[in-house]
Amino acid sequence: MIAFNKYYNHFNFLSSFLIFVSLLLLIFKGLNFGIDFKGGILIEVRASDSNINVSSLRDRFNQMDLGDVSVKKFGNDTDFLVKFENKDNKKNIIQEIKRNLDKSFGNNYDFRRVENVGPKVSAELLKSGVIAISLALTLMLIYIWIRFEWQFSLGAILALFHDVIVTLGVFSLFSLEINLSIIAAVLTIVGYSMNDTVVIFDRVRENLRKYSDIKIFELTNISINETLSRTIITSATTLLALLAIYLFGGEILKGFSLAMILGVVFGTYSSIYIANTVLVRLRVSQKTVLREDIQK
Amino acid sequence: MLYFSKLRIIFIIFFSVLFILISLSNLFKFDDSFFDKKINLGLDLQGGSYLLLEIDNEPVIEQKLQNLTTTIRNYFKEKNIKISNIKIENQNISFNVSDNEKQSVLDVFQDENSELNPYYPRFKSHQLEIEDTGFNFKVNFSKQGLIKLKTSSQDQAIEIVRRRVDEVGTNEPNILKRGNNRILVELPGLDDPMRIKSLLGKTANLTFRFVTNDETDRFGIEKIKFENGLDEAMVSKRIIISGENLLDAQPKMDPQTNQTIVSFTLDRVGAKRFGKATSTGIGKKLAIVLDGKIISAPVVRDTIASGSGQISGGFTFQSATDLALLLRSGALPAPLEIIEERTVGPDLGQDSINAGMIALAIGFILVIIFMFVKYKFFGLITNVTLIINLFILLGVLTLFEATLTLPGIAGIILTVGMAVDANVLIFERIKEELKDETNNILAFDGGYTKSRTAILDANITTLLAAIILFFMGSGPVKGFAVTLGVGIFTTLFSVYFIARLFTSIYVARNKHREKLI
Repeated sequence: MIAFNKYYNHFNFLSSFLIFVSLLLLIFKGLNFGIDFKGGILIEVRASDSNINVSSLRDRFNQMDLGDVSVKKFGNDTDFLVKFENKDNKKNIIQEIKRNLDKSFGNNYDFRRVENVGPKVSAELLKSGVIAISLALTLMLIYIWIRFEWQFSLGAILALFHDVIVTLGVFSLFSLEINLSIIAAVLTIVGYSMNDTVVIFDRVRENLRKYSDIKIFELTNISINETLSRTIITSATTLLALLAIYLFGGEILKGFSLAMILGVVFGTYSSIYIANTVLVRLRVSQKTVLREDIQK
Repeated sequence: MLYFSKLRIIFIIFFSVLFILISLSNLFKFDDSFFDKKINLGLDLQGGSYLLLEIDNEPVIEQKLQNLTTTIRNYFKEKNIKISNIKIENQNISFNVSDNEKQSVLDVFQDENSELNPYYPRFKSHQLEIEDTGFNFKVNFSKQGLIKLKTSSQDQAIEIVRRRVDEVGTNEPNILKRGNNRILVELPGLDDPMRIKSLLGKTANLTFRFVTNDETDRFGIEKIKFENGLDEAMVSKRIIISGENLLDAQPKMDPQTNQTIVSFTLDRVGAKRFGKATSTGIGKKLAIVLDGKIISAPVVRDTIASGSGQISGGFTFQSATDLALLLRSGALPAPLEIIEERTVGPDLGQDSINAGMIALAIGFILVIIFMFVKYKFFGLITNVTLIINLFILLGVLTLFEATLTLPGIAGIILTVGMAVDANVLIFERIKEELKDETNNILAFDGGYTKSRTAILDANITTLLAAIILFFMGSGPVKGFAVTLGVGIFTTLFSVYFIARLFTSIYVARNKHREKLI
């Protein structure tokens, strides 16, 4: 049996620190919103001519007076991602850009993907993204509140907030782009983290009923150990699947799978080291679950 | 938990085979129409263009208010109520009434059978709202009136958009209403939406009006620019014929001048009016105005009674074709703005499919190897179940002809990774049971029973997330919610029916073996 409970305090400190730093990052550095949420234009360019590279593309785009244009390599050496804000909301801008690029590059390039999100739509998408995540957290709260005693609910929700905040913190730290698929990833993380916590809690509650003489400090450790192989195996298979998406699923899914990988790692960690320590700190005992049983 | 009745076994086999067959219809062609279904590929996988259009209703409202001013003026004249100073001000109609007639004006606006409340009997609400500001009355559309107006302009617009898109002839376009002022256009397979965008961006409001400098013109005159943006002319507001009078329009080559022109045919009313106008207006210039700009203003040389004519204006063949198309399909009730566009080229779509499939295959193989190494025979059971689960999942998606997107493929891969969770929970529990229980059957039964709540909890939480995503998410992300959500149900089915069936058969045959798992 591994003595997870020996490090409860250490890891509580670490978790608080991570949440604190993430919050600071989110407040002061903010998130790197993609065009889905900020509005603007994204063009994925594929070149069939080696003269077309990041700097030559940047030159051309800068000449077109589009404001801040970001040009990056995208996966292959021949693929580039161009992004800009389209502040003036010009109408036939894509056509204009094509005409300009034709002049310098002939037809040695190809637009593989064009996304143009107007300011109204991006504001709506951001709003619905925030609503979706808040709604998910609320629903989880209600679900866990119905299923478990309040001490458990608090532990699960704290773990959940930790996972979402720290994942977003990492995205802020490395200026990774937040787009629609990241919202999907965060929601899945919420589901996954909850799932992981609930499995351990289920066992804690079962053990609370079974043993009246073991203190919660020990009891959580027993429960963690009893469910440990499941925790490891499920995290492992999920991570294997996500790793396959990250490495082979193409550029478009990279951000999504990265967020999910982070979420699974943090989710596994938090269900052991946040959710359970809340139970310990709230001095959950056999009475906590028995009282509820009697009421039922 | 380990007992299966014959009926149940038949049900499980039937159900599994059915969905596997349905999923196979994506690869083979079945003659039967029930099996001949396919998963739709989202625009991000098959390539295509997604356009979200917003109707700018301001001009429509302005126009309607203009008309209402006349209606109100005539209405009160009929009723012998004197109103004065009626005008449009800040998008409101305002007018003055003497104090002793104020109440009767209010009564008229409240009257449910009045002409001013055309749909009270149907919707139980007023079209207009009236406000007494103290020194005048302000009239505007009520909330209901505004909604009615917007939906009706949306209805008209979607019809015109459909006609224009159909005329261009892309395959299976998808044109849907969104809210009460938006239209969604999905054009599969179209990698350059330039032409459609420019066609949808034009209102195509065509009018024929005389060029005049006569200030006393009964209808008023206005200054309109030519299309080249340089010249301008004073044009009468009187409309001789408009786009509504057109029966047909086609691009043609004028054999005399060798120019591309658009020839048109008028309906009976239009032909009559055009004939009359051209007979009285010989020598005058007739301006052809499209969306507030003059295309050309030829001099009338002869009476045109045939009901057909032509427009010339330095067209290229393409621009003449487009103009003819716009005129044939009719004018939009209001201008449209493209507020969101997402276009994916077909080769990127194919690349995404390939990458998704490779990731799926690799993820699948990794998970299968892992499970086999970890659980040996029971790993094998899990793996077979996993494969069947994948086919059932594809089968369900096929049955509902769901749309598969790139995030949707990610959802399937994720399902593969998470689907083993339920089996792992069960197997681990069985292992624990076997520590103090020597009877294999009791231990397995206990393992299944005791792990049930945890499995249910785990799946419900993921399902909640998927449901929210389905309702809040848009486009490709919705596809992720669908595969994730459906995956939960197929996983539970395959774990509790298929894997349990295999397990029960195996356990029954090895009742007395030690270290079964």
